[in-house]
Amino acid sequence: MAAETLDLRRYVGRWTLSAASEVGRVSLLVVDIVRSLREVRVWFPRMMTEAWNIGVGSLFIVLLISGFAGAVTALQARYQFTGTIPIYYLAGVIVESIVLELGPVLTGLVLAGRIGARYAAELGTMRVTEQIDALESLGRSPGSHLIVPRVIAGLIMIPVLTILADVMGIGAGWFSMKLVLPITDADFAYGARSFWRSFDATYSVIKAFFFAGSITIISCYMGFNTQQGAEGVGRSTTGAVVASSVLILLLDVLLANLLLQQ
Amino acid sequence: MIELRNVHKRFGKQVVLDGVDFNVREGETVALLGPSGTGKSVLLKHVIGLIRPDSGTIVVDDREVGKLSRKDLAQMRSHIGYVFQNGALFDSMNVFENVRLGITDEDKFRDESYCRARVLECLKLVNLAPETMAKFPAELSGGMRKRVGIARAIAGQPKYLLYDEPTSGLDPVNADVIDSLVKRLDNELGVTSVMVTHDVRGAFRVADRLALLTAGKIVQQGTQEEFLSSQNPKVQEFLERDFPDATFAA
Repeated sequence: MAAETLDLRRYVGRWTLSAASEVGRVSLLVVDIVRSLREVRVWFPRMMTEAWNIGVGSLFIVLLISGFAGAVTALQARYQFTGTIPIYYLAGVIVESIVLELGPVLTGLVLAGRIGARYAAELGTMRVTEQIDALESLGRSPGSHLIVPRVIAGLIMIPVLTILADVMGIGAGWFSMKLVLPITDADFAYGARSFWRSFDATYSVIKAFFFAGSITIISCYMGFNTQQGAEGVGRSTTGAVVASSVLILLLDVLLANLLLQQ
Repeated sequence: MIELRNVHKRFGKQVVLDGVDFNVREGETVALLGPSGTGKSVLLKHVIGLIRPDSGTIVVDDREVGKLSRKDLAQMRSHIGYVFQNGALFDSMNVFENVRLGITDEDKFRDESYCRARVLECLKLVNLAPETMAKFPAELSGGMRKRVGIARAIAGQPKYLLYDEPTSGLDPVNADVIDSLVKRLDNELGVTSVMVTHDVRGAFRVADRLALLTAGKIVQQGTQEEFLSSQNPKVQEFLERDFPDATFAA
């Protein structure tokens, strides 16, 4: 019994030390990112390429998923609320669900898989093939060449994609409602407006911004610290997707609690 | 001058460097020999600050590498060309862009015409045709990749060149080509070089001085004659395969 307690203590102790060490290393990466921001001439052109890759490369999947999410939200709202509340209220339910939750969260999760996995795999491969060491050996900063362009591109493009996802989700919801319910455009617009607060759009973008930070920083961190060959790259890639997805969900709760107060 | 004093390094429980003392004087070419997995590459990475020692000091041009600021470390690295074992070429860039990154002076790096001329010059020095510039690393053979790696390392006109196993994985003919290239570059560019290798014949062909690293320690440093006449059984064992007829002094 005493030995088991000791083992548990050791396990908790080791886990705590390991977690503290990870947090410390992520903090050092963030400090490196801030320092590297000065080298605009280095990171700006690379950032434009990354932004283009994220934006164009992810647009189809983001619009597809938000479109389906909007349509399903409309159909479920009809199933749950028809006969209990005025039909135009459903427009408010759809718009608010999409803008406050589904648009940013679904976009974040999809991009955690798409962008997060890609960044971790790219940087992980560069690490195990000594390309990052080569960059450092040339007196060049991996921060300004590799990390900052990816993080800034994500911070710009993920909120943009979220706005487009919101618009697509609302459009799909509107279209679906018109197919299944006797609602006019004017009723839909009236319902949407009656629940709408100007902060809602800002909140959606704030969430997207935080999600972008967690996706890009975590995946760059995981990739940058890859060890042990191809297996290590695989571990970093899955680790980046899982960790950034979990952080997105945690941030979702935290931001709702902090920012959505009456 | 490059100097390592009592350098210790371990990874987990494995001791890799166990009190290494090693120095390279200006203008000379030193081959660092040793069996695979003895920490030769680790030692070389300490010189350029890619790995920090657990204890001990590394001094390059009278400056202690471990105490350099981020900016000073980058500046020191710009005077050192490092040739990686597998080339470590940036696979998303073509040969021109790879070699161009080796131009460490920022003003020259921004000058498109200078870069073009310098990249061509470096490719010529390593016997590669100008058409290679447009190719990507995946389109090159192993030997060509090594040569592009060398071209990148010399592009910034470094004072020191560090070669990490420049001939490993190459057939004997290509290995000879790289050895001759290293010798020629040392003579033409007047750089100070350290070559990590386990190819004894190549080391004897290229180096002014040799050092043998085994079990985390430098067990012998000296000229070729001193190596061939060494009484040290580890030296004799290491040289035996390549110099079976050598009569180790009794």
